[in-house]
Amino acid sequence: MSAQGPPSPAVEAVLAFADDELVLGWRDSEWTGIAPFLEEDVAFSSIAQGEIGHARALYELAAGVLGGDADALAFDREPGEYRCAPFVELQLVDDWAATIARHWLYETADSVRVAELVDSDWPELAGLAAKMDREEAYHRMHAQMWADRLRESAERDRFEGKVAELWPYALGLLEPGQRDRLAELVGREPVDAVERGAHTEGFAELHGEMTMVRRSVAGARW
Amino acid sequence: MIWEVFRQEREGQPFQHGGSLEAPNREFAEAYAVEFYGRRAESVALWIVPRDAILEIEDPYVADVFDRDYRRVDGYSLKVKLKDARERAGTA
Repeated sequence: MSAQGPPSPAVEAVLAFADDELVLGWRDSEWTGIAPFLEEDVAFSSIAQGEIGHARALYELAAGVLGGDADALAFDREPGEYRCAPFVELQLVDDWAATIARHWLYETADSVRVAELVDSDWPELAGLAAKMDREEAYHRMHAQMWADRLRESAERDRFEGKVAELWPYALGLLEPGQRDRLAELVGREPVDAVERGAHTEGFAELHGEMTMVRRSVAGARW
Repeated sequence: MIWEVFRQEREGQPFQHGGSLEAPNREFAEAYAVEFYGRRAESVALWIVPRDAILEIEDPYVADVFDRDYRRVDGYSLKVKLKDARERAGTA
């Protein structure tokens, strides 16, 4: 790390954010081709790509300090080195209500996280956060319209049950000081969070899939 | 519910049919229309119309049973008339 580089906790936070976006983008893209209907398939795939685009920008920012490049940070680390929250690792691909519950909680949590980063004293990070927020506005609108739709439907209880199940995971996305704000936004009481650090059971397999091409052909470009 | 989307490529240009999409309400229709026709800056404005709101007329051609070609411009030989008119005006 360069002497003028921002302090390490800021880089750690950027990496954790990047890992969240990469892994969630990957999980969401598992719906491509099998989403509830064609229009949603395209829209949700596009959102998944949006998250991965944000991950790349954040990795590039971190790579500027740590060295290497975005691909190396995204795909060359060991599973234990990833800092993503267990929340984004959960594989929910057969359950649309749970997927929307996570999408809605994630986008709401992201709005809290991004709002703080916009004021970061790391100018490149503040600029990137502002840029991301413009795209996240569309993600939030999409998440909200689906949450509203499911709450007005016969699936209401099932959806609320999934939100309740995922709530401790969602809290783990944010720093402890940001959690009350999230609780306020989603209208829930804070509980013990499922914290970053340990990975879920499915993460090793997901990591294997994500890094497969990179491992088979080192330095491949296309 | 099916919605028809019309897009305007540049300000001042006519809206043209872009395609149709399925969405349960206006909110979803707006989100999908923006996703399909707006995100790449390919449109400056969109019209999103429920297909039910469109009055469709099939086979709008009303057959000409009688010979009324005088009602159509091709019923006149404009070339000959113009020639005569120019001669009269001395501009031929």
